[in-house]
Amino acid sequence: MRPLHPVSPGTRTVLGISFFVLFVVFWAWITLGGHVNRIFLADPLSMLRDGWRLLVEDRFWLDILITIWRVFGGFLLASVVAVPLGIAMGAWKPVEAFLEPFVSFARYLPASAFIPLLILWAGIGELEKLLVIFVGSVFQIVLIIAVKVGSTRRDLVEAAYTLGSTNDGIVRRVIMPANAPEIAETLRLVLGWAWTYVIVAELIGSSSGIGYMIINSQSRLATGQIIFGIIVIGLIGLLSDFAFKAFNRWLFPWSLA
Amino acid sequence: MSKLLIEGVSRTFAGVSGGEPVKALMPIDVAVAANDFITILGPSGCGKSTLLRIVAGLEAPSEGRVLLDGKVVTRPGPDRGMVFQSYTLFPWLTVAENIAFGLRERGMPERERDGIVASYVDLVGLKGFENHWPKQLSGGMQQRTAIARALANDPEILLLDEPFGALDNQTRGLMQELLLGIWERRKKTVLFVTHDIEEAIFMASRVIVMTARPGRIKSDVAIDLPHPRHYTLKTSLEFSALKARLTEDIRVEAMQTAQAQPA
Repeated sequence: MRPLHPVSPGTRTVLGISFFVLFVVFWAWITLGGHVNRIFLADPLSMLRDGWRLLVEDRFWLDILITIWRVFGGFLLASVVAVPLGIAMGAWKPVEAFLEPFVSFARYLPASAFIPLLILWAGIGELEKLLVIFVGSVFQIVLIIAVKVGSTRRDLVEAAYTLGSTNDGIVRRVIMPANAPEIAETLRLVLGWAWTYVIVAELIGSSSGIGYMIINSQSRLATGQIIFGIIVIGLIGLLSDFAFKAFNRWLFPWSLA
Repeated sequence: MSKLLIEGVSRTFAGVSGGEPVKALMPIDVAVAANDFITILGPSGCGKSTLLRIVAGLEAPSEGRVLLDGKVVTRPGPDRGMVFQSYTLFPWLTVAENIAFGLRERGMPERERDGIVASYVDLVGLKGFENHWPKQLSGGMQQRTAIARALANDPEILLLDEPFGALDNQTRGLMQELLLGIWERRKKTVLFVTHDIEEAIFMASRVIVMTARPGRIKSDVAIDLPHPRHYTLKTSLEFSALKARLTEDIRVEAMQTAQAQPA
C-alpha cells in the first residue's frame, strides 16, 4: 500500500462498517460458540433481548433522558464559566499569569476523587451530578481556550489596530471571532469527556441514570444489560458529536469554504 | 510643510540571551511631501519593514520620532492605513465586511458604510465578489481587498509592506498598475516598501535606497517619469537607465549582506 494515499469514500464506508461486523461476529462466536462463560459475557442476541426488556418494561429511556440532561446541564454550566475565563486569560497576560498556575494544577485533580466531597456538600441529588461534570470539564476548557486565544494571529490584530480598533474592539471583533471555531471544537471535544464523568457520578450514590442501571445490573450478573447500557452511551456520544460537528459547520462556513 | 517627518529614527533590538544588542536601523531622516508616492528599496533584512512598522506605530523607535501632520506617532491608528505582505483579511468576514471593518470600528451607520464599500469594491475591480469569504479568493484578489480595506478608511497616508511579494510575476504587474492607477486618480501619500527594483521605480515619484543592516539611507532618487504610467514604460530607455543605477546601488548592499552572513 502506498503511504498517505487517499481512499475513495465508498471504500472508506465499506471498510468502516466491516470492522463493526467483524467485531460482532467475533463476539457472537466466543459467546454463542460457548468459548466463554455466559455468566461473565452475554451474547449479542440476549444483549438485544435484555435491552428491549429494559426499554419496554423497566422504562430505561427515562434513565437515558436523565443522563443526557446531566451531561448537558453540567457541560453548559462549565462552558458558561470557562469560555469567558479562557478568553480573558488568553487575551490579557496579567489575568493569565494570575490564574494559569492554579488552573493547571486543578486540571490534574481527578473529578471522580471529588465525588465523596461533592456528596458531602451537595447530597446525592442532581446538583452533585452536575458538579462532578463541572469540576471535570471546567479547567480543561479554560486552559485549552486560553492557549488557542493566546495564539491568535498577530498580523490580524495588527491589521485591526491600523484600521482604528481600540483594545476593546480587538478582543470583541478580532480575537473572539477569530477563535470562535476553535472554541466550538474544544467544547465538542470536552463534551465527549463529560460522558465519562457522568457515568462515574452515576455509579456512586445514584438512583437513576445509565450508570445506575449498569451498577445495578452488575449485582444481578446481567451482563447483557451492562453491555446494552455501554452501547447506548456510545451511540448517544456519537450522535451528539455528529450534531455538534454539523452545528459548527453551519455556524462557521468561513473556516471551511 | 511635509506630510510625514521621520526624525532621527533608529531601532536596536535587545541581544538574544545576553548577546550584543542588534542595530537594525541607524538614525534615519526622511521628509515626505503630501501626495508623494515613495518606495523604500533595500535588500532583505535591511530594516525597511521595521521603519514602516515604526511609522505605522506597531513598533516604537529606539531613538527619534515620527510626525504625521505635525503630530507625534505613538500608536497605530486609522490615519495610517497599512497593507501587509501576509494575507491579513479577516477570514470570518466577507470581502464587503472586510472593506467596511474600519468604518464599523469608527461607528459609522451601516447605510453610510454600504455606499463607501461599494465604491471601493468597484475601484479594485471586485464587483460580484462582495459576499465571498477570503479563503475563496486568489492571492491577488485578497491583496486588492486589503488595499480597498485600507483606503476605505480614508487614511492620511497609505503604508504598504511588500504587498505584492507573495504574488506571481504576472499578477504582481497587474497589481502595480492597479495601485498606481488609483494613486494617479485619487492622490494619496504613499510609503511602499519593496525589494524589487523594477517595482520600486515603476510605482514611485521618489525611491529611497537603503543599505544592508544596520539600515541607512544610501541614496534618494527622484523618478520623473511621466504619468499616467503604462507597463510598457518598463522597457523604455529612461527606465533602463534608472534600473541600471539602482541595481548597482542595491547590488553592493546585497553583496555586503551575503558576506556578513555566510550561509
